[in-house]
Amino acid sequence: MELAKIIGTIWATQKDKNLEGLKMQIIQPIDVHKSEKGSPIIAVDTVGAGVDEIVYYVTAYEAVIPLEKKPALADAAIVGIVDKIEIKENLL
Amino acid sequence: MILGKVVGTVWATRKDEKLVGLKLMIVRHVELDYKLKNTYVVAVDSVGAGVGEIVLVTSGSSARQSALTEGKPVDAVISGIIDKLDISVK
Repeated sequence: MELAKIIGTIWATQKDKNLEGLKMQIIQPIDVHKSEKGSPIIAVDTVGAGVDEIVYYVTAYEAVIPLEKKPALADAAIVGIVDKIEIKENLL
Repeated sequence: MILGKVVGTVWATRKDEKLVGLKLMIVRHVELDYKLKNTYVVAVDSVGAGVGEIVLVTSGSSARQSALTEGKPVDAVISGIIDKLDISVK
């Protein structure tokens, strides 16, 4: 899994029928210090995260596992909303 | 998934027989403001996308997670046509 911040949402009425009814969020991958890492991607949201929230997400085929309707063309899925990140700075 | 703009079509009569009947489109990756990036991919169209449209591309093994592409040598599929992006500007 990787950390990311929700920066927006996409709307696509014409799409894979098994993705219908699912919220698709624009997420910006971040590192443990919450600074941006790489470019934004689109992920299916199965936990109802809001804009600016920090989440963690899974990629590749595993992104299909949380979905009700399968098979579905998802390669990234938000699977959790982060409350707090605790880091032992000296170990980084 | 990532965003792309459909910029063309690929015609290939000699190809893996499992790809027969699939529409192959050339998709150029774009930024969130639709600015063109310098990377492309050949993606199977599964939603009836047209040239010039901004689309959603699903990549990797997830690209086989549809009736159209199941069991086929496909690692990129156009899975949606974008209507709108809402981006929170900080």
